[in-house]
Amino acid sequence: MKIRVWINQKEYQDEIAPDTLLLDYLRAKGCYSVKRGCDTSNCGLCTVWLEGKPVLSCSVLAVRAENQHVVTLEGMQEEATRFGTLLAQEGADQCGFCSPGFIMTVIAMKKELDHPTEEDVKAYLAGNLCRCTGYMGQMRAIKRYLEVE
Amino acid sequence: MFTITQNYVKAESLSQAYDELMRNRNNRILGGGMWMRQGRKRIPTLVDLSALGLDTITQTGQGIDIGCMATLRDMETSPLLTGSLQILSKSVSDIVGVQFRNTATVGGSVYGRFGFSDFLTALLALDCTVHLYHGGKVPMRDFVNLPYSKDIVEKISLTIHDSCVASYQSLRRSATDFPVIALAVAKTGDRWAISVGARPHRAALAVQTAASLGAVPSALELEAAAESLCQELTFGENMRASADYRRDITKVLFRRAAEELLSAEQQLGMERSPS
Repeated sequence: MKIRVWINQKEYQDEIAPDTLLLDYLRAKGCYSVKRGCDTSNCGLCTVWLEGKPVLSCSVLAVRAENQHVVTLEGMQEEATRFGTLLAQEGADQCGFCSPGFIMTVIAMKKELDHPTEEDVKAYLAGNLCRCTGYMGQMRAIKRYLEVE
Repeated sequence: MFTITQNYVKAESLSQAYDELMRNRNNRILGGGMWMRQGRKRIPTLVDLSALGLDTITQTGQGIDIGCMATLRDMETSPLLTGSLQILSKSVSDIVGVQFRNTATVGGSVYGRFGFSDFLTALLALDCTVHLYHGGKVPMRDFVNLPYSKDIVEKISLTIHDSCVASYQSLRRSATDFPVIALAVAKTGDRWAISVGARPHRAALAVQTAASLGAVPSALELEAAAESLCQELTFGENMRASADYRRDITKVLFRRAAEELLSAEQQLGMERSPS
């Protein structure tokens, strides 16, 4: 079926199978920041924004994005670089596979919550798993990011 | 992941959605699709309700209506879900992550009547009615026991009772996992409603235990109610916990819930009559 969707503010029209996942569609469009992790809606690696809200692209059909705006890490490089630099400085990056989804969720949190506490941050990011770091580096990076921004 | 073998229909009306659903016994309605996505069903026609404006939460004369396409995240962020309805927010807050809850829908959670459902456990303790497109209005206490039939959950209605207080408790082996046990208690005057889910069976009301409790039960009566609760409902085992462990935890969670809502009731009374 035919869909029209805006990815990082660029319009695409494509003929796709109705059971195509948004994750696969985005990767086919060159958005390689969108990772397939657990494939069971648990890890948050495939996080993108759909109409400004973070969603798991591994669990959303691409046809659900019809006439909507999708943002991936490629579409917000400036802000992602600012936070990504803090992640690197705090040693919160080992294999880096979880970073794109993590960054998308952190920036969504900053948009959605005013002055989040540490508990708010932990609750908001509960759906992003990292198997390398133990999260302490990420927490330090987030605190610095929220202070700076 | 499921496969759509024929059509994907974005319904333009509920009647069209229902007709499409009934056209083939394997046709399905798409809510959030989060659980359906874990299966491997071959679905001839998948019917999407997302264009029908059913994602609203509205105040009515007697309470709140929640459309089937409202998300679980909406339960956390809606300013309308206050007072005893705040247990809805608490019940969904440990479900995976914000991204998951931004997609999972109320209709999908209610229709699915999953044994592990936190949300269903909370709704069952409240005065809730399910509006089915074909089956009409069904009280949640009846709906939860119905066999699966092909119908569409259009919305749920929650009646608000001013003096109602409620508490939601759950235990998980780790954050964001399915609950080992989920428990919701609501109290309006001397009427109690006690719902226990993730036993690991579908949530159920402990009707006899609730009826045994009065307006201001003593500590001894609450102890007896906790024991009775575990006798009245059946508990099973799965990879997360044994039946005995679930019974023990249910007693603890019930005591916590009772203490919390008796204290909330006292607070509510003080606010209403400050003198």
